[in-house]
Amino acid sequence: VRRFINNPFLLVIAVGIVVAVLPLMLSSSFYLRVIALVYINALAVLGLNLLMGFAGQVSLGHAGFFGIGAYAVALGPTYLGMPSWASLIGGSALSALLAFVVGRPILRLSGYYLAIATLGMGVLISMVVSNESNITGGPNGMEVPRLVLFGWRVAGPLTWYWISGVTLVIGVLVVVNLMESPTGRALRAIHDSETAARVLGVDVARYKLLAFVISAVFASIGGSYLVLLDGFVTPTTTSFLLSIEFVVMAVLGGLGSILGSIVGAAILVILPQFLTVFHDYEHIVLGTIIIVFLIFLPAGIVPAMASFVRRGSA
Amino acid sequence: LAEFLQFAFSGLTVGAIYALVALGFTLIYNASDVANFAQGEFVMLGGLVTVFAMTAGVPMVFAAMLAVAVAGLVGLLLHRLAIEPAHSASPVTLIIITIGASILLRGIAATVFGKDFHSLPPFFGSEPFVVGGATLLPQSLVVLVGVGLILLLLWLFMKRTLTGKSMMATAANRVAAQLTGINTSAVIGIAFIISAVIGAIGGILVTPITLTNSDIGTMLALKGFAAAVLGGMGNPVGAVVGGLLLGLLEQFSAGYLSSQYKDAVAFVVILLVLFTMPQGLFGARKVERV
Repeated sequence: VRRFINNPFLLVIAVGIVVAVLPLMLSSSFYLRVIALVYINALAVLGLNLLMGFAGQVSLGHAGFFGIGAYAVALGPTYLGMPSWASLIGGSALSALLAFVVGRPILRLSGYYLAIATLGMGVLISMVVSNESNITGGPNGMEVPRLVLFGWRVAGPLTWYWISGVTLVIGVLVVVNLMESPTGRALRAIHDSETAARVLGVDVARYKLLAFVISAVFASIGGSYLVLLDGFVTPTTTSFLLSIEFVVMAVLGGLGSILGSIVGAAILVILPQFLTVFHDYEHIVLGTIIIVFLIFLPAGIVPAMASFVRRGSA
Repeated sequence: LAEFLQFAFSGLTVGAIYALVALGFTLIYNASDVANFAQGEFVMLGGLVTVFAMTAGVPMVFAAMLAVAVAGLVGLLLHRLAIEPAHSASPVTLIIITIGASILLRGIAATVFGKDFHSLPPFFGSEPFVVGGATLLPQSLVVLVGVGLILLLLWLFMKRTLTGKSMMATAANRVAAQLTGINTSAVIGIAFIISAVIGAIGGILVTPITLTNSDIGTMLALKGFAAAVLGGMGNPVGAVVGGLLLGLLEQFSAGYLSSQYKDAVAFVVILLVLFTMPQGLFGARKVERV
């Protein structure tokens, strides 16, 4: 039984079941939309967690990639006449390329230096989309044409619930697969000690770059989905605060935990929906929750719960 | 030349505030290895508490003292209630806690003071000096002199007082400091208070020029952090130089290139510096032990 429970692919199935069952319980389109937002954010956080939790590299600029994906599906169809799905792929490719190009020099840095460098990259991307207002509409944003697949106009919360849910399951599958492969072992070795990993013959630079590129693609797809769902894009999709939010989601849920990425995203997406009740006190409550959670569960929610359950069964 | 001087003056003024935020970062980072992202909120508190104490009829000097005291108290509370209980957590977790604290403080400030912009009267009038064809506000001078004084006092504190020396010892090696009988927890608490006080003074000095509201903290924390990293994390001289450099870069690129992309130029320079000097301008190379 233990072997069965420890099988990482079980997680993929579990997430799949949750995605499949939730719409049966939530009928209102408001809830479906919120959960779709959870999946979209979770996708970006999952990629970030691969980089931060598994490879141990901080990024404070992931909203940059999120924004590239978002603006790709806005600009591609509007200016280049590219279909939305092709723009989405193009955006991901662009994010991957950018991550590949800047990744080499940036990932040589470590700790706070890496944090500032990635942050700088995110700020630069954000600045381009908010300043080139004759193309992007600047701070006012622009309309995003609806996705059309085989003549079918993809819109509505339920449709996007399924698209984002299925993509998230695929994303989880990709990460689980990766972590079970030699690549995953190499990444974990880098996380524990870069020098030790290098001594053992791990090509540190290559694996860090790989994690960076994959996480960029995840974020980019998330960005594309978000604005296709909303039908509108603004520079907030690239903002520094969003980058920070992704990091908070990853840390709150649990660094190095796949399920943690989803839980972290769920908390930070769903909570503000309820906190609007508190109106002016929204920030106070949110800040307090982050502090209290991390003081009592410094490893993040999911790893803390996992160790609690393990202790209980032993 | 007049133009050049003008940009230099404004760059140094803005840069001096970045330098103070970066210095606050460095103090806390050295004492406790925490990058405190709530540092900008101290600057915000300094300005806003002074403004509101003055509208309540308190004379400016006392209002400013009150603001500094409030910020110092908040700094202490931040350490005691949020950082100390989680001291065994990883650095990333601690950073997120300070981000939570920053959101919390911003929320409190927004409910207590509102979200409007406020200003303070300049300390010595607003009749500008003319230097080499460029105008220099008296308040800019106040900022520069004030920041210089703070640096001097801080230096004296570190070199001449027992508390300062134990702070340096804690920064150098926490375990060793503890073994010599230094109460490192108290020292770290003091580092938080001093950082908060420095930030608040900076906020009071600069509010007559730049205005203030409950939201300014985030951007300041970001710039201060960038300045500290640019100079080399943990190096106080680097923090000050990094701050001034960042201010100058911003103002010159705003003046000569494009005001929309002034932050972009600053970050491009930071990236270039880090690519060539991965430890910042004054940072020491660290060796990873296995």
